[in-house]
Amino acid sequence: MVTSPAPSAGRLGPEELRQLAWRVAAQVVDPEIPVLTIADLGVLRGVDVKDGCVEVTITPTYSGCPAMNMIALEIEVALRSAGITAACVRTVLSPAWTTDWLTEDGQRKLREYGIAPPKPGGSGRRLLFGHETIACPRCGSDDTHLLSEFGSTACKALWRCGACQEPFDYFKCH
Amino acid sequence: MRGRRLCGKGAGHARPCAQAPLGGQEGARRAKEASLTTTSITVAETPIVLYALRRADDALILGHRLSEWCGHAPMLEEDMALSNIGLDLIGQARLLYTYVAELEGAGRDEDSYAYLRDAPQYRNLLLVEQPNGDFAKTIVRQFFYSAFADPYWRAMTASENATLAAIAAKAEKESAYHLRHTSEWVIRLGDGTQESHARAQTAVEELWSFTGELFEADATERELIKERVAVDPASLSRAWSETVGGVIREATLQAPASTWMQTGGRSGRHSEHLGHLLSALQYLQRTYPGAKW
Repeated sequence: MVTSPAPSAGRLGPEELRQLAWRVAAQVVDPEIPVLTIADLGVLRGVDVKDGCVEVTITPTYSGCPAMNMIALEIEVALRSAGITAACVRTVLSPAWTTDWLTEDGQRKLREYGIAPPKPGGSGRRLLFGHETIACPRCGSDDTHLLSEFGSTACKALWRCGACQEPFDYFKCH
Repeated sequence: MRGRRLCGKGAGHARPCAQAPLGGQEGARRAKEASLTTTSITVAETPIVLYALRRADDALILGHRLSEWCGHAPMLEEDMALSNIGLDLIGQARLLYTYVAELEGAGRDEDSYAYLRDAPQYRNLLLVEQPNGDFAKTIVRQFFYSAFADPYWRAMTASENATLAAIAAKAEKESAYHLRHTSEWVIRLGDGTQESHARAQTAVEELWSFTGELFEADATERELIKERVAVDPASLSRAWSETVGGVIREATLQAPASTWMQTGGRSGRHSEHLGHLLSALQYLQRTYPGAKW
């Protein structure tokens, strides 16, 4: 978390304030996948300054993702720690978030964390009744199978690797 | 449902950072309602409000039903799956209620609609309020609903109403997973043991008469369909029949021959089950008005 000296933000011009707010907000991490920032996820959509008030725009991942409230709170706390007190968080639904927005860096971080990243361009619809091949994030083997369509959070499914025998989470396409 | 208060956590509109206090009776009503200490609300049901409310109520009531399984499902993975599907549905309900609140502009929020309406004010389908029964019944109920919700939300992504289209863009992906999961279970149960087959068949027969309501549109909705805000549900009935028919056949189950269908949920005529459900869902706010946690 960024802890710039609190009084400095008040003396910044609108553009400097906007850039500072973006840098601060971009470092907020997903509470359920703490290796990913909201910038990696594509959840952070924009930062504007209107009449000295910072407005951070985010977009929800899944309709029912309970992390969204937490993320909004974390953004406010991070901004406040950076001396930005006049701030609010706005949620927009359009365009709808998709796992395709996950950055390459984000995909790598997920894999290193033990979560198989979503297949780029794979929507739930095309996979309906289809068979997916998901590589094990630990050993890279394709000898994997689905244990449960719905995993520990709304965005993940539970898989197991036949080669290394380890269970792992798969970040579902959305 | 109550999350942290944000400036405009809803669908695309930012509320001002600080709202000017209102004076007089209206201010007092809003303050009372915001603290949920008012007993019941009456919603000004304009066509679009009613339309969004009906879909929100479907999602909330079905999501609540699934939450009743939490800690009781036949196995851990399924417990998580049902909770996940319930979470998706409650998430959809939140987005829709938040939109209703914006449309009404009466200072209400998502919680007002969930906690402060009585059963006759609920506009959900009779199908979604049916009790969980056994696992087969829960799965078949979800399957019948998801087989409709999936093409419905996909079609709604083209709605002339930008907010409903945006909500649909999220819901349609979630519905695809729900449909896939429940389809696989219907096949597994129907084409499983004698016991699971019998239970799945009973569930299909018990729930069949609630499926007609999925395709109903009243005069209000027909106007919205003309304006391309809403999708004509009758246009989805063929896709539904094909999906349901295909899965039922593969599951070695039989669709009932009867075409007699129940109706009434959309206008607030519910089965007695809804009242029981709401007594659990609304218990805290009804017993301790204005309670916060």
